[in-house]
Amino acid sequence: MQSFSYLRPADADAAIAAAAQPGKKYIAGGTDLMQLMKDDVERPAQIVDLDALPYTKIEAGPDALRLGALATMSDVAAHPEVARKYPVIAQALLASASPQLRNMATMGGNMLQRTRCGYFRDTGFACNKREPGSGCPAIHGQNRLLAILGGSGHCIATHPSDLAVALVALDTVLELRGANGATRQVALGDFHKLPGDTPHIETVLQPGELITALVVPASAAARRSGYLKVRDRASFEFALVSAAVALDLDGGVIRDARIAMGGVGTKPWRLPAVEGALRGHQAGDVAFAAAAAQAPEGAMPAVQNAFKVKLMQKTLVRALRTVAA
Amino acid sequence: MRTPSLTRRGLLGRSAATAGGLAVVPLVARAAPEIPATTAPPNPVRTPEMVDVVLQVNGKRLPLAIEPRVSLLDALREQAGLTGTKKGCDRGSCGACTVHVDGRRVNACLTLAIRCQNKAVTTIEGLAAGDTLHPMQAAFVAHDAFQCGYCTPGQIMSAVALIEEGHAHSDGDIREWMAGNICRCGAYNHIVDAVRDVAGQTDTGRG
Repeated sequence: MQSFSYLRPADADAAIAAAAQPGKKYIAGGTDLMQLMKDDVERPAQIVDLDALPYTKIEAGPDALRLGALATMSDVAAHPEVARKYPVIAQALLASASPQLRNMATMGGNMLQRTRCGYFRDTGFACNKREPGSGCPAIHGQNRLLAILGGSGHCIATHPSDLAVALVALDTVLELRGANGATRQVALGDFHKLPGDTPHIETVLQPGELITALVVPASAAARRSGYLKVRDRASFEFALVSAAVALDLDGGVIRDARIAMGGVGTKPWRLPAVEGALRGHQAGDVAFAAAAAQAPEGAMPAVQNAFKVKLMQKTLVRALRTVAA
Repeated sequence: MRTPSLTRRGLLGRSAATAGGLAVVPLVARAAPEIPATTAPPNPVRTPEMVDVVLQVNGKRLPLAIEPRVSLLDALREQAGLTGTKKGCDRGSCGACTVHVDGRRVNACLTLAIRCQNKAVTTIEGLAAGDTLHPMQAAFVAHDAFQCGYCTPGQIMSAVALIEEGHAHSDGDIREWMAGNICRCGAYNHIVDAVRDVAGQTDTGRG
C-alpha cells in the first residue's frame, strides 16, 4: 500500500474542502477502500476520515425512512422499523458481505462500492475503468460474473451492491453536500452512470461532494417487499443474480410494482417495463412469467454470463411469488 | 503483552539462529548469545510519515509510532507482539483477523490503526481471565473445533460476538452468522457444536 497522510476533520465543510483537492479520498467504513489500496488500485495521497461527522442517525418517520450516510449496514439491518416497513432493505443488507464487514461498512460507502471485476482489481491487467483507454480484457475473457445489461464496448463490470438494488426499487433519493455548504438531491436511479466510453466516471458526484443521507419514501409497496439473492455459495458471496421486489396488492390485483435487479447490470438495474407489465394484473404465475420475460430486454450477454438471461427471469418469478404470498 | 521468554515464536527464532551458527562455527554454537525472544522488532526507525497514536488494547494503554497506512492487524502483530490475531487473506475475506472494536467484531486487516484511537480493542489474548479460559475458548477445546488452528482466534472472536448479538438461535443461524470466518480444514461441524454449547441451544439439525 502506498503511504498517505491522514486527516480527521471535525465537520463536513472542513472535510469537503479538504477532499475537493486531487489525490484525496474519503474513508467511512473503509472495507472497500482498504482492499483497493492494498491492491494498488487506489493510491490516494491523503485519507479524509469521516468518523467525526454526525451522519449516523436512522430516522423512520411516517412519510420516509432517512438513513444517515454513516449508519452501518448492521445498524440499519437491525432497526425494527426498517424490517417492518422496508423489509427489502433489511433482507438485502443481511444478504450482503459478512457480519464483521456489515459492522464496519456504511450506507454512503455502499453506494460507492467498486466493481468486483477481477481485471479492475488486478493492476497486472488493462482496465478502462482503472486506466482509461487501456482496454477491457473482460469482454472476451473471464466474464461469468459480469453484467449483461448496461455494458458498452469499453466495460461490462457489474455493480456489486445489494443495498443499492433494494434502494433504487424504492425510489430512494440521495442528499449530497458540496463546496460552500451547497446541498442537492439526486435520485439514486440517476446517481450511477452507465460506463459508455467513460467507465472510470461511475457517479454524478462532484470533487469533494459528500453523500450525507439516503431518503426512502414510505409506501404500501415498500411494506410488502423482499430481496432474493442467488449466488455460488450459501452466504458471504456476491450475487450472480438478485431481485428486489415491492408490490402493492388490492385484493389479488397488482396496484403497484417496483422491481430492480442486481448482478446483471453495470448499475443497480431498475426494470420499469416489468413493473408496467405487472400493474393491473392478477398476482400469480401467469402475470409473473409474462412480466419476467421482459426482464432481460436489451441484454448483451458475453460468452460466460449468458446463463444470467434465464436465471434473471427465474429469480424474478420466485421473488414475486414470495412477496405476493 | 507477551512475556519475553518461552514463546513458540521465540523458540523458532532461537533455533534458526542456532542452526545458522552451526554452519559457520560449530564449536562455539553452544556459546551463541541469546537473541531476544520475540521477533517483533523493537520500535523501528522513526520515519517522517509516522504519527503517535495511543490504542487501548485488552484494557491496556498501547502507545505506538506508526504510519497512517498501518492496519490494526499489523499494529497488533508487528508492534504490540499480539500475534494471536492472524493474517490470512488480508482482504476481509477470511475472518482470521477478527477482533472487537468498541464491542463489535470487525476485520482488523481492513481497519486502520490510526482510526482506533479512543476505541477499546479486544483481541484473543484479552478473552481469558488469567489462566481461566473464556467459556468459548474452553468449548472449542472440548469440542475439538479446529484442526490446524490458524483460523481459530478469529472464529472464537466471532463466536463470542455472535452470542452477544443474540444470533445463535439455531444451527442454521450460527452457520449464517459465522459466515465471515473461513476454515480451510473444514472444522465447521465442531465449531457449530462449540458455539451451540456456549449459547445453550440444543438444535442438532446440522442446519
